[in-house]
This record gives sequence, structure tokens and C-alpha cells, in this order.
Amino acid sequence: MTVSNESDEPDVEMLQSAVATGDRPDGPNAVSSSLTFGWRALLKIKHVPEQLFDVTVFPIMFLLMFTYLFGGALAGSTGAYLQDLLPGILAMTVVFITIYTGVTLNNDIDKGVFDRFRTLPIWQPSVIVGALLGDAVRYTIASTLVIVLGLILGFRPEGGVIGVLAAVALLLVFSFSLSWIWTALGFVMRSPESLMGVSMMILFPLTFVSNVFVDPETMPGWLEAFVDINPVSHLVTAMRGLMHGSATAGEIGVVLAMSVALVVVFGPITMYLFRTST
Amino acid sequence: MTEHELTGNRTEFQGSSTPAEMTSSEPTQSPPSPTPAKDDRTRNRSFGALDDTALESKQVTDSVPLAIETSGLVKHFGETKAVDGIDMAVPAGGIYGLLGPNGAGKTTTIRMLATLLQPDEGTANVLGHDVVRESDAVRSSVSMTGQFASVDEDLTGNENLRLLARLLGYSRSRSKERTAELIDAFGLTEAATRQVKTYSGGMRRRLDIAASIVVTPDLLFLDEPTTGLDPRNRNQVWDIIRALVDNGTTVLLTTQYLDEADYLADRIAVIDDGRIIAEGTPSELKSSIGSGVLNVRLRDPERRVDAERLLAEILDAPIEIDSDPVALSARISDAANAANAFEVLSRSGIEVTDFALGQPSLDEVFLALTDRPATDELGEGGNSR
Repeated sequence: MTVSNESDEPDVEMLQSAVATGDRPDGPNAVSSSLTFGWRALLKIKHVPEQLFDVTVFPIMFLLMFTYLFGGALAGSTGAYLQDLLPGILAMTVVFITIYTGVTLNNDIDKGVFDRFRTLPIWQPSVIVGALLGDAVRYTIASTLVIVLGLILGFRPEGGVIGVLAAVALLLVFSFSLSWIWTALGFVMRSPESLMGVSMMILFPLTFVSNVFVDPETMPGWLEAFVDINPVSHLVTAMRGLMHGSATAGEIGVVLAMSVALVVVFGPITMYLFRTST
Repeated sequence: MTEHELTGNRTEFQGSSTPAEMTSSEPTQSPPSPTPAKDDRTRNRSFGALDDTALESKQVTDSVPLAIETSGLVKHFGETKAVDGIDMAVPAGGIYGLLGPNGAGKTTTIRMLATLLQPDEGTANVLGHDVVRESDAVRSSVSMTGQFASVDEDLTGNENLRLLARLLGYSRSRSKERTAELIDAFGLTEAATRQVKTYSGGMRRRLDIAASIVVTPDLLFLDEPTTGLDPRNRNQVWDIIRALVDNGTTVLLTTQYLDEADYLADRIAVIDDGRIIAEGTPSELKSSIGSGVLNVRLRDPERRVDAERLLAEILDAPIEIDSDPVALSARISDAANAANAFEVLSRSGIEVTDFALGQPSLDEVFLALTDRPATDELGEGGNSR
């Protein structure tokens, strides 16, 4: 660390005039404060670009690895497999990346920045909502990479541009909602490491024991039952439908309903922990 | 006007640190008999309840609107009672000091008042609003600078202030103006576009305080604002605090340093083991715990035995003989006696090269108030002088 020169001194006269302004702006509304926290998240990406590592390397690695590993065996050719796999891999990578939301939050709590935010007269959830909006930018970067790489490898969505965009939008909504689990855990866990551990324990079964890689009908009945209720399976089904132009309102509706349920349950828990954490 | 009265008290106290002015000090009562904290049912005991100063200050407390009023505040962390029944009345305007060693409950108290922690028992009223039921109203007129810099290290100084200005409702352009104004006033112009992680401790603390006054608060909480700062940076922070108070902001600050409380605070509450064990103006506090340590150095080491005998007679206190052959010291309770001692030594032809009355340390405050020193685990603060 460089220690800065301290030739600058506070100036008492300027101080007095600075504190004498009787400005009392009305507090910002919920949208404005959330967007401001989103801006903070973007500033952090600007100053610490290394944090984009996970949203760039992961998706590329996953897509290449699983396409060439399973493609020939499961669908006869990598090209055929990719049509089904890409929406699934996209969902899987972004869902995986959501755990960093909790990790970032956990770091913030340690630093004392939250104390400041908690004493501000703002709509308190905007601290978290804003952070999640910033994360949405990261998810978009990851999605773009996966889709562009997929197109290069031979992915041909029948739903066209609209279908692909709709699928990504649905994915962002679901990820935003799922993140509230990690924000809640971010307040409960003592360290980023333990948080990662617990998150992985939840995410591995959730993403792998799903319909991302194979058709659930080939699985034993009890496993198929789990896969069928797994939210990630529903998400992947809806995304495949949207990308290939065959999605039903029901498939999309289920995902949206699950998203709402996640926010309704974990939103208040997060905010309770936010208010009461020491 | 209130502020003026309160300031008067402080000035009176500052004078007593030089021998010349000690003679003008009012004769004071001897220290209160030490009372073990555990049995102390009469918390908030006022210093020198019998002398005029106390009466006067009581009137001040009565006539001035209160910025903070708490009753029976309690906070547990698991088995530990961090705050154990705090009753506090902080007048509006001026600086109120919470003085105590590490772990005494200062931070917990201040966090409850700033709505960061919910009390387990008791009530707290801040600027007329209950901290639990009306936390939003409290938040809109208070600000807090925590013990650990609560600015974002990854962002620049400018970005930190602009972020807060936006969150407080300033428009985009006004938040830029306000940021520039504060950055200049706090002497951070050169560092404004650098990430905070490159700042020195003093700069960071200044930015932290600037962040707390983006909108000038009615009440500012400062949790150990100068801990870890060198004297120069400490003085800068003191100047900043004074400028704020001159503008009408009430400041509640916690500190481990008696001299900081002396210098800044209009009233001090001494806190130990989660309780307030004494409260009053700095002069009341001083007179009740004695005037501190008298250090004497002689020209001629041969005369030390004589000096020791004379001092013991006049001061009526045990004299400590230093390993330095010309030095003596004594803990004294009455500053006026020290002035007499100086005269007697001169009259007896004992040449004195140094005669200084040191301020009592936090250790001595605790010794006087609780009959035990600020314990070791409570650390460095106690030995700060």
C-alpha cells in the first residue's frame, strides 16, 4: 500500500461553510436508491475487474467441457446434443454464479460499510436489490458469452432472437429471486469460505440432478421424482421451450411462480437478518 | 446560549493543568469513597453533588432539551451483558463523551442509539423519537461514524461521497457539487480520485467523517474517532468535530482517552462493565478523582531526602522515589496543595527544575471510581498517558 502524502489539511473555514448548508433533500425513492446501489456494484466491477473471472471462464469451460464430453455418447453428435444442452448449461452456469452474491455481501458485512447504509433513511431492501441489479449485469455477460460461443459451435435456436432474449430474461428473473437465499445465508454464515461450502452443497444436487444433461426418463423412479420437482429442471424446460419456440404459458408460469415464492420467503428473512445483524 | 454555558465548564477545567492556575481552583472535596461497581445501586451518581458546580450543571441538564434520553438500556450477547442498564441524558448542542476502556459497552450503546442494534430491555429516545418504534425518524436526523472506517475501500473518495449524496436524495449534479465541497474542506483534494484502500489512517478517518455529514446531521455519533491516529491527525479530527458543534450539531463520542474527553466534551459519562459509573462535567470528574500525579525533579540529588519529607508532610500522600536520582512523584487529590508544595520547596532552598502536574490517566479514573484499575484485557487505553 502506498501511504499518501498528507500535505492536504482540512480547512476549518471551508468546513464551517460546508456544514452550514442547511440542505435537507427528501430521501430518494425505492427505485432511485436501488439503482444507486446498482451503480455501486458497477463501480466495484470497474475497480476490481478480476471479479468478472467467474462469469467469463466458468461458462466457457462448462459449455466446451460438457458438449464434447457427453455429446457423442448421449445424442449421437455434439451438434445435436448442443441444441438441448445449451439452454441447460446457460441456466446451470448462471445459477452457479449467483452464489457470489452471498460472498460479496458477506465481505461487505465484515467491512462496516453496511453500518453506514443501515443508518440511512432509505428503503432498506434497496441495499440488496441494488447489489442484485449489479449482479444481473454479470449474469448478462455470462449469458452473452455462452450464447455467442454456442452459436459458433452450431447452436441454432428455432425461437429466433426474441426466443433467446426471452429465455435469458426468464433466467435473470429466476437468478435474481434465487439470490435471496444466498443473501440470507450471507448474513448467517461467519465467513465467505463456509458460505461457499454450504452454497455448493445446495447447488450441486440442484443443478446436476436435473434435466440439464439427460432425459429424466432414463433415471430410477425416485430420482426422476426429484428431478421433476427440481426448480432448475422447470427453468431449463421453460428456457428450452423459449429458445426453440415451443414454450407453453404453463412452463413459463411455473418458473415465475417459483421466483415469486423465493422472494416472498427469503426476501423478508434477508431483510430481518439485515436489520438485526450485529 | 446553552452551548456557551457548557463551554464555560470545559474551559475552567483546562486551566487546571498548569501549576500557576491550580491555586485558583476551588478547594475540592476528597475523592468519593470507592464503591465496587457490582453493588452500586445508585448509578449515574453525579460528581461532587454537594458543590455549586454540580447544582449549576444540573440546572443546565434540566433546562435544555435533550438530544438523547435512555432508561434502563440492556443488551446481551449470548451470556455476556454488554450493556447493563444505562440511563443517560444528553443535552442538545455541544459534545457528550462516553469514556471507558475497551469492552466497557461504549460501542454497543452507541449502536443501539444509532438504530443499528435493538436493545433487549429499556428505552432510548433520540431527538424525540424512539429508536425501536420510530427508527426511520431517528435515521433521518442522525449520522454515525463507526470505529472501523465505514467507507468502501474499493471505491475512490469521490465515489464514496457521491454514492452517499445520491442515497440521501441529492440530484446527480448537486451530489457532485456537494462531494467537491466536502473533499476540499476535508483536505482530500489530491486523493479524491484514488481508491480508499490507498489512503492513510488519518485520511480515511477524515473521509469517514465527511461521509457522515453529507447532509449535516442534528446528532452525530462518533465511535472512537481518534483511536489509532497520530497526534497531528488527531488534532485535525478534533478541529473537524469542533466546527460541526459550532454549527449546532450535537456530538456523542466514545473514547478511551481521558484527555480527549477533557478537551472536547462538555459532559462525560464514565462507562464500565456496561454501566455508567459516573457522570458530570470534566471539572466535576477531575475534582472527584483527584488532580493526578505530581512529578518533581530537583537540581541536586542530595536534597531528595529533604524534598521527600517536606512533600509527604504537605501532600499527605505517599511519595514515590524514582530510579532517576533527582525525581519524585506523588498521587495527589488536591491541586491547591501542589501549589503549596512548590512554595515550601522553594522556601527551603530546594531547587526544582521541573514541577508538573500530570493529568490523571484513565487507569486512575477507574481506580478512583471502582477501586480497581481498568483491567489488563481492557488494554492499551488505560495506559494511554
